[in-house]
Amino acid sequence: MQHKVIDTQDVVIRFAGDSGDGMQLTGTLFADASALYGNEISTFPDYPAEIRAPHGTVSGVSGFQVHIGTSGVTTPGDFCDALVAMNPAALKANAKWAKPTATIIIDTDSFDEANIKRAGFETDDPIAELKIEDRTIVAAAITSLTKDSLKDSGLSLKDMERCKNMFTLGMVFFMFNRPLEYTDAYLVKKFGKKKPEMVDINKKVIRDGFNYAENIQAIANTYNIAPAKQEPGVYRNINGNQATAWGLIAASEKSGIPLFCGSYPITPATAILEELAIYKNLGVKTVQCEDEIAGICTAIGASFAGNLAVTTTSGPGVSLKSEAMGLAMITELPLVIVDVQRSGPSTGIPTKTEQTDLNQVLYGRNGECPICVIASHSPSHCFDAAFYAAKLAVEHMMPVVLLSEGFLGNGSEPWKIPSMKDYPEIKAPVIESCEGKFQPYKRNPETMARYWALPGKAGLEHRVGGLEKNTAGVISSDPENHEKMVAERAEKVARVANYIPDQEVLGPKKADTLMISWGGTYGHMLSAYHELKEAGKDIAMTHFDYILPLPKNTAEIFANYKNLVVCELNSGQFANYLRANFPQFQFKQINKVQGQPFIVKEIVDGINKL
Amino acid sequence: MKYTAQDFKSNQEPRWCPGCGDHAILAALTRALPVVCEDLGYSKERVVVISGIGCSSRLPYYVDTFGFHSIHGRATPISTGVKVANPTLSVWQATGDGDALAIGGNHFIHAIRRNIDINIILFNNQIYGLTKGQYSPTSKLGQITKTSPYGTVENPFTPGALVLGARGTFFARSLDSEMKLNQDVFVAAAKHDGCSVCEMLTNCVIFNDGAHNFISDREFRADRTIVLQHGQPMIFGKDKDKGLILENGKLKVVKIGEDGITVDKLLVHDAHCEDNAMHLMLINMKGPDFPVALGVIRDVAEPTYDDRVRDQLAEVKAKAKITCVDELLHSGSTWTVE
Repeated sequence: MQHKVIDTQDVVIRFAGDSGDGMQLTGTLFADASALYGNEISTFPDYPAEIRAPHGTVSGVSGFQVHIGTSGVTTPGDFCDALVAMNPAALKANAKWAKPTATIIIDTDSFDEANIKRAGFETDDPIAELKIEDRTIVAAAITSLTKDSLKDSGLSLKDMERCKNMFTLGMVFFMFNRPLEYTDAYLVKKFGKKKPEMVDINKKVIRDGFNYAENIQAIANTYNIAPAKQEPGVYRNINGNQATAWGLIAASEKSGIPLFCGSYPITPATAILEELAIYKNLGVKTVQCEDEIAGICTAIGASFAGNLAVTTTSGPGVSLKSEAMGLAMITELPLVIVDVQRSGPSTGIPTKTEQTDLNQVLYGRNGECPICVIASHSPSHCFDAAFYAAKLAVEHMMPVVLLSEGFLGNGSEPWKIPSMKDYPEIKAPVIESCEGKFQPYKRNPETMARYWALPGKAGLEHRVGGLEKNTAGVISSDPENHEKMVAERAEKVARVANYIPDQEVLGPKKADTLMISWGGTYGHMLSAYHELKEAGKDIAMTHFDYILPLPKNTAEIFANYKNLVVCELNSGQFANYLRANFPQFQFKQINKVQGQPFIVKEIVDGINKL
Repeated sequence: MKYTAQDFKSNQEPRWCPGCGDHAILAALTRALPVVCEDLGYSKERVVVISGIGCSSRLPYYVDTFGFHSIHGRATPISTGVKVANPTLSVWQATGDGDALAIGGNHFIHAIRRNIDINIILFNNQIYGLTKGQYSPTSKLGQITKTSPYGTVENPFTPGALVLGARGTFFARSLDSEMKLNQDVFVAAAKHDGCSVCEMLTNCVIFNDGAHNFISDREFRADRTIVLQHGQPMIFGKDKDKGLILENGKLKVVKIGEDGITVDKLLVHDAHCEDNAMHLMLINMKGPDFPVALGVIRDVAEPTYDDRVRDQLAEVKAKAKITCVDELLHSGSTWTVE
């Protein structure tokens, strides 16, 4: 059989295996090679909470989806064109994501009686049981082939087995006509110095996998995905957590204020702390604290002493930090609280994505305590979102919540590298001296921000704290003063609306339907919007990065559409927030709370059904 | 001297109850700070006082410098953040037995373990005063309070033992009314590089009056306490006729002149001894068989957290290739689209 090379716009590949099978690495290498080749990419890891869940079970399956294309790749894709299933459990958990036309590669060595049983199949024929006989099944003895390939390598049997993901990668590289050179370069970088022999071993396994796929002729079609026509510039791959960390470092450089991060490890936010811990050369101080509360409190202390302070966490951590968020709010100290949202409540499903912390960050504190909330909308946008969160925090002397999502934090995409000279200045309202006694709550009449008087500056000695005070910084339980201070703090946050961009609309300025969204659903919304548009629907979309305060032209936009449809990965938190802010409008909802991102089709069908 | 106690007194009138031990501690602190500034070269604006919640935590309002009155239990991480952000500051923390040992217990032990260079003044009145009389983690077993009408059924912490358990490098203990000793202890704490804990046994006149009477009573104080001084023999008593020796691995109170005991047979206090076994025995001494140890019990030099942070920053900076964000963004794998 001579295979056919098919030119196509985009394909989706899903790698799935036991959580120890190295599927995250395999997927990442495939994605990186495609990005370096010049394709647009979007990735989404889907892994279990346990580091090594019970071997061979469905709960232990780790997946990694890559969407590559020539252009228009805005999501990791809904259903896949190729599925790699390293064991029966991986097949069982992922078969539902395979398109009817999909090619499925399985490692027959792992499809033995014990594994089939462990995966919970009732018969000894998983393919028939899953009713996927009509897919193109490439059944290869991947484990044995890998061992054969490496029989002269000097590796132990166990180490040989661990290379089976690289053999698989080679097969997939053949199927999608990927050049091998980018992965070779990665191997040299990773092993070159410490274990040079591993460079050749891995190169050999990948090539043997590639050649095997070519020789068996079981793969009917291979695909060509031409490099994307991208804007000229220098590009890199970036994931959301890394971009968040870098955006904060960028804000530190722009403002000239050293960055301090007090944090406690928590999925899926930990990588931000890990990333920040590397860049001591850029003046970043990180304190891995004893708990979430200490994380935010060390940051508040550092802010009081004049650092650009950050604490990074996920939903359960925000719950623990709530009281201290109130302290940062009443002491009016700059602070960025990054919440990489995950499925809740409580411990919930730690590794799964959701947008269910919106209510918590908007309302979850005692007293009158509005805090500025902004959201990032794609992995690379996390950079700008973090930069502007820090800028607002410092310039307006207040805590700012930056909402990210597991989907964004772990997802990656190519990014045209910006230049720092194109970013605006960040000017901290630091005060050097004053006439008379320093009044800590005297405000800039425009922004309402107070001034930052750093310990160590003579003549500016003052006290701040959680107790209500008057403008002079003296404790006050005077009823009128309290109401005045509450109003001033709220007004300061409201006036942030004067410093953020107007809300934009994609599509007609007046139409039947306006799709409304925020946060990490951006890519899916964009795909759905284009699909609906092409189908002739009279539709526009608007996606919010600034949540509190909302852009000033929000109501003006809403007035131009008959149907306002709020789509989000919760039960309607943003929709209810909009209802409270704009009681003059009716909002419809499309929601999903499954710990999974939207599928584009769900949004399209949802809109069509309204 | 550049400053007097008056320079550190704020214009706010302390709102503690008349007769509260906290007044005396504030007075000792404002007298100690000019000495600290003189000896260590600090100017007044580089002194920062941080507190949590409770009666003792009102202290920052009464010291005329930078102050932060935070939330319950969290003074320790806030102090930590201040010190790491700006290591040139002299950071003081006022806290109580509830604030530091109950709600803030976790932060307390970890700050000590890290040996962050802050000075913690732990006001121990063995009761919750601000909430009007509930038992605390240092209340005596069986103590009757509003929340233990039949007596508590839990053992108290010995704060010094907790400090040592968390590998503390400095621990001192004193009584609110020991004005001179308190000043000395505060100065010693400031001079110690690392986390210093000064436990101040304070009297709450309203809810736990006389809690420390057994040792604070002027008539018996000299016989029921021992003020330890580094390098000095362990002598105590009104007539300076009692001392401590080690016998069969245990401390023993002896009388000088009896059974052939002379001053040179007494233990000599070594606050700088790295091994904390003797310090722990001294901390655990209590009446009626033993005097309660006061003064600087442990003062051991070890690298501080903030020093290590500073050193690591300098070390990495000297070696790293990336010096600005533009270089960071271009680091690793990139590709160019023409």
